[in-house]
Amino acid sequence: MSETEKIIKGIQFGLLSPDEIRKMSVGAIKSPDVYDEDGTPIEGSVLDPRLGVIEPGQKCPVCGNPMGVCPGHFGHIELVRPVIHVGFVKEIYDTLKATCRNCGRLKLRPEKGSTCEEFKSEEEELTLEKAYRILKAIKKRYPLAAKRLIDHVKKTAAKQEVCPHCCAKQYKIKIEKPYTFYEERKEGLVKLLPTEIRERLEKIPNEDAELLGFDPQYSRPEWAVLTVLPVPPITIRPSITIESGMRAEDDLTHKLVDIIRINNRLEESIRSGAPQLIVEDLWDLLQYHVATYFDNEIPGIPPAKHRSGRPLRTLAQRLKGKEGRFRGNLSGKRVDFSARTVVSPDPNLSINEVGVPIYVAKILTVPERVTKFNIERLRQAVINGPDKWPGANYVIRPDGRRIDLRYVKDRKELAASLTPGYIVERHLVDGDIVLFNRQPSLHRISMMAHKVKVLPGKTFRLNLLVCPPYNADFDGDEMNLHVPQSEEAIAEARELMLVEKNILTPRYGGPIIGAGQDFISGAYLLTVKTTLLTKEEAYTILGVSDYIGDLGEPAILAPNEYYTGKQIVSLFLPKDFNFHGTAKISSGPRACKTEDCPHDSYIVIKKGILLEGVFDKNAIGNQQPESILHWLIREYGDEYGRYLMDNLFKVFIRYAEMRGFTMTLDDITISEDAKSKTKELIKQHEEVVNDYMVKYNEGKLEPIPGRTLEESLENYILDTLDKLRNSAGEIAAQDLDPFNNVYVMARTGARGSVLNITQMAAMLGQQTVRGERISRGYLNRVLPHFKVNDKSPEARGFVYSSFRSGLNPIEMFFHAAGGREGLVDTAVKTSQSGYMQRRLINALSDIRVEYNGMVRTTYGDVIQVIYGDDGVDPMRSAHGKTFDVNRIIERVVGWKR
Amino acid sequence: MPSSRRKQFDPITHELVPKHEVLPLEEAVKVLRELGIHPQKLPWIKASDPIVQQLKAKPGDIIKIERISPFGTKVVTYRFVVVG
Ligand SMILES: [Mg+2]
Ligand SMILES: [Zn+2]
Ligand SMILES: [Zn+2]
Repeated sequence: MSETEKIIKGIQFGLLSPDEIRKMSVGAIKSPDVYDEDGTPIEGSVLDPRLGVIEPGQKCPVCGNPMGVCPGHFGHIELVRPVIHVGFVKEIYDTLKATCRNCGRLKLRPEKGSTCEEFKSEEEELTLEKAYRILKAIKKRYPLAAKRLIDHVKKTAAKQEVCPHCCAKQYKIKIEKPYTFYEERKEGLVKLLPTEIRERLEKIPNEDAELLGFDPQYSRPEWAVLTVLPVPPITIRPSITIESGMRAEDDLTHKLVDIIRINNRLEESIRSGAPQLIVEDLWDLLQYHVATYFDNEIPGIPPAKHRSGRPLRTLAQRLKGKEGRFRGNLSGKRVDFSARTVVSPDPNLSINEVGVPIYVAKILTVPERVTKFNIERLRQAVINGPDKWPGANYVIRPDGRRIDLRYVKDRKELAASLTPGYIVERHLVDGDIVLFNRQPSLHRISMMAHKVKVLPGKTFRLNLLVCPPYNADFDGDEMNLHVPQSEEAIAEARELMLVEKNILTPRYGGPIIGAGQDFISGAYLLTVKTTLLTKEEAYTILGVSDYIGDLGEPAILAPNEYYTGKQIVSLFLPKDFNFHGTAKISSGPRACKTEDCPHDSYIVIKKGILLEGVFDKNAIGNQQPESILHWLIREYGDEYGRYLMDNLFKVFIRYAEMRGFTMTLDDITISEDAKSKTKELIKQHEEVVNDYMVKYNEGKLEPIPGRTLEESLENYILDTLDKLRNSAGEIAAQDLDPFNNVYVMARTGARGSVLNITQMAAMLGQQTVRGERISRGYLNRVLPHFKVNDKSPEARGFVYSSFRSGLNPIEMFFHAAGGREGLVDTAVKTSQSGYMQRRLINALSDIRVEYNGMVRTTYGDVIQVIYGDDGVDPMRSAHGKTFDVNRIIERVVGWKR
Repeated sequence: MPSSRRKQFDPITHELVPKHEVLPLEEAVKVLRELGIHPQKLPWIKASDPIVQQLKAKPGDIIKIERISPFGTKVVTYRFVVVG
């Protein structure tokens, strides 16, 4: 094959002329039958062998190429009667309106003036010549302005009721969707047949067509009315053989057969002189088939269907939508070397690792070039083959030949023949770099590089600490994994995308990866003053870490030796680290603002020793900027950050396991005393509410400025009930032991809040829909159990019960109503914000930071002279600031305070 | 004329308007060489913009803008004056 390589210089869009269609065609397609008796495709049918090679081994009769090389060739159908191309109905309509029905000229006044008496728009400013001059001047440089001019021309020309050139009277053109045109004549609506339309379009001179937006050299208006239809090559509509040996044809083939059949019938009726009515019916049917061949989702006409009732997938449907050519095959593709399965947690993995099932590791491969350093290992991989991990699936010889190890009889022999220069596609093994991703990929850390750890089981495993960047949990979430195939890709992934290099997020310049839930509970429990560990216990919890070194002197020497949790934590801190700050538990009665803190809620670290305060969410939590964790990572590096999370954080969990941590009913059960106090409270507030209602009924209620009386009443009631719940919550909070499990979780920020505890122990409170008390349902009442217009708390969704005591059926109904709103909100919000995100990303995706710090578009336009006005990478900034003066002072002299 | 149009003020002295100045030719050439770009790649500012009129800058000029960022650092940026 002597094919010269050609470079695409440009693409010209236009309409195919009938001549062009015939020129590119290998022959007219006339036969509606596809196969003859012995099952071979008929010449002159839509499966004509000249249209392309479909069977392997055959040669194309047109170009002589075998299957796969022959691109396929077009045929054509000679339509007996012209039909409208549905894609250009709008253009045809505009053109018909703007041109004369008699002479075909654009109905703009000639500069020398019209000779017609009836022509009334002599004062019209826009003349034909002027419009043409302007268009010529602006067309190249200002295509958008040219478009506006063309629209203006169309509008002005369409208004004329008399042709300024030939004085013919014009009629109004009407369109009946999708493709039927009418003329409003004196005698009524007259249908314009495609033949007439084509004749009119033919009469339009090239210059006038140009003013209507056509480029006549490539698209004459009349070419929008089809007289010849191209038949696409078989290669784009291959027939498939189903197991039973039956052949199933592509939808396009079916459609083309339909068109040919109707075309032949139409020809037959015309030749035999059938009545006009029958001919027009068939013509209309031909129009329908050609229209649905282009687009089978035209509004106003029923879609063409398969025998089974399934709508046909014709040309437009192949391109449109999510699974269409653009979004499904060009913008997004299926990729090799990828895997997807459910994720589950494994706290024993490093945050940098991902657990990969052996089954997956045996399918995904990495191409490794044989060198004298790895030859023995790769030989063993080849010997192990595709079924035994760690093996290999393919060997690529230096001449480029791929050897599939599944079919190699003697793999030992092949392994022995390996020499440097061979490439072995070996199984995934521990330490390989892979990309791990969870949809929706909203930010860059939705895809990070992990090191493989091959494990038994069927799920991908990840450390719990990396859940926040992916927003993953383990209720059935699935994630994707991709294996980079080149050394460059692997290096780039490892250096830029590895989890430890993304602990700090550019989003807010703080650690997005950090402790959550049990890690925080464990850290708190370990660091509280009351925790004392024997040497054995200290060894036990340190055993899960890589810590090597001395334990130091125990804090308590007599009567027994005890280590404090703070001593354990200090083992992991750098020896020059200083920090002062409040803990999360520093609130309410246990708040501290100075080192002198009786509640242990003020953290003091001097020279790497945790002297005071507990570790909770404020110290080590995820998404907590300016925390101890943040400064540790910022000042001692990503690798140290990873070290902390793989060791210290594991110690926290181990301590929680050793001590035991749970939640009991007792944690949310309040005393009888508190219960009766709550009852008293309820009575008091109910009276207040009743008072308001009485005042309202008597018309004595003081309205809130800017609100109606009714709104004011609602407001007063809501306020009162809110106070009620808060007071009930306070009673419960005072009654409950602040060191019970639930309370510890809420105070340390591990899980839940004081409000959650209130709702569990004391009172659920008001249920709302759209911020208002629930009031809709039955006529003037929510449920049939209530009196009409009952405005009392219990009739409008106030829940007196707590989760602990249980809700009565009516309360449960209200709770469900309030809960439903939340579900609907999240569903609506995700779709809306997702779409906004998509548009933002599409708008910004090609903007980049140049090497000199300038922010530019692909066209080189400057957005910012220096990125962010200060050139600071937010990922490496101190919570958005270039530097934090207070922190620098703390770091240097903090130990002296 | 609507009353708001008559309320003229000098944008140069307004405290919310950062410092604008027309770059002399030699300096403009130097800046462009440093950035390695053609002037029309800079963000544009219309000649009809009040500050441009006040500075009596002509299309083709380059305006240097200095402002203080929220973190207190001095930020320098440029605009290319265009017809309009
Ligand atoms: Mg989930
Ligand atoms: Zn061919
Ligand atoms: Zn005419």
